[in-house]
Amino acid sequence: MSAQAINAEYVTEKLQARFGDQLSNLDSPYGLLSMNVPRESVIGIIKWLKEDPELQFMFLTDLCGVHFPEQKGQELGVVYHLHSLVHNFRLRIRTFFPETDPQVDTATTLFEAANWMERETFDFFGIRFKGHPDLRRILNMDDMTYHPLLKQYPLEDATRTDKEDKYFGR
Amino acid sequence: MALNLVEAPEGHSGQGFFATSFDQAVGLARANSIWPLPFATSCCGIEFMATMGAHYDLARFGSERLSFSPRQADLLMVMGTIAKKMGPVVKQVYLQMAEPRWVIAVGACASSGGIFDTYSVLQGIDKVVPVDVYVPGCPPTPEAIIDGVMKIQELIKNESLRRRNSEEYTELLAGYGIE
Repeated sequence: MSAQAINAEYVTEKLQARFGDQLSNLDSPYGLLSMNVPRESVIGIIKWLKEDPELQFMFLTDLCGVHFPEQKGQELGVVYHLHSLVHNFRLRIRTFFPETDPQVDTATTLFEAANWMERETFDFFGIRFKGHPDLRRILNMDDMTYHPLLKQYPLEDATRTDKEDKYFGR
Repeated sequence: MALNLVEAPEGHSGQGFFATSFDQAVGLARANSIWPLPFATSCCGIEFMATMGAHYDLARFGSERLSFSPRQADLLMVMGTIAKKMGPVVKQVYLQMAEPRWVIAVGACASSGGIFDTYSVLQGIDKVVPVDVYVPGCPPTPEAIIDGVMKIQELIKNESLRRRNSEEYTELLAGYGIE
């Protein structure tokens, strides 16, 4: 099959033939094929996509966390962006899990690039990546006591002293 | 031609001599030969580059020579947003400077965190080192930076030679955990 023939329909078809019951929310918002998968199988699916001799999704563009507190039981998620360089085709995989159990398998077994991305996701969302070789904070201070991008924490810094109401006549 | 570079301090003059206090003479020399250490992280740093350029020319005030080693610097100029992770670096640079040393916080971010009221940004460098002069602005104009340096010069001229050995000063440094 030539490079031009790889498109969203074809990749969807191939994925459904292999992992049919595990894919949900299949959609192409803004032309980017996206799907949700259960966290138990996410690494298996990415591994298959990477190693499939035809699709060759061999580049992990990005890996990041998301937090939707109103999605009860599915509050936290990890989003993987894959790129098949051979076909110049991109794909987005999401997996959600409860914030009481923020764990997912590491992708460092497949992509070395996932190392720092997972550290960043851990730093900001507190998501534990099982099997990660060195899961510690990467951007914030080591002595930080919380994960700042979780929505329950305020953006503002608690040590700010010049924004008190009295200075603004409030 | 009488070239009046700087105002003489108060003192007694007669034919062939001029007498003043040691404090004043040392202050005069120090104030007009400040070696600044630029700690520039963002847009305030760009304004500082203009300040050092030919048009504004901080060299006119005796600060011709920037010191990129803290060990020889007199004035730490912090210009720009300091992330919390960089806080210990600012402090380390301050500790490496020899006494007497002065600090100027240029711009809103260095002075108070500026618009960056957020978990990752230090809310003013005075959280980690004592600051002598704050220059407001976002970013301040080169004129404002020069005004800040001139305020530092005034402080230096009028500083007692004993200040750095005083109890108050030791206490101030102890407040920042500096021995």
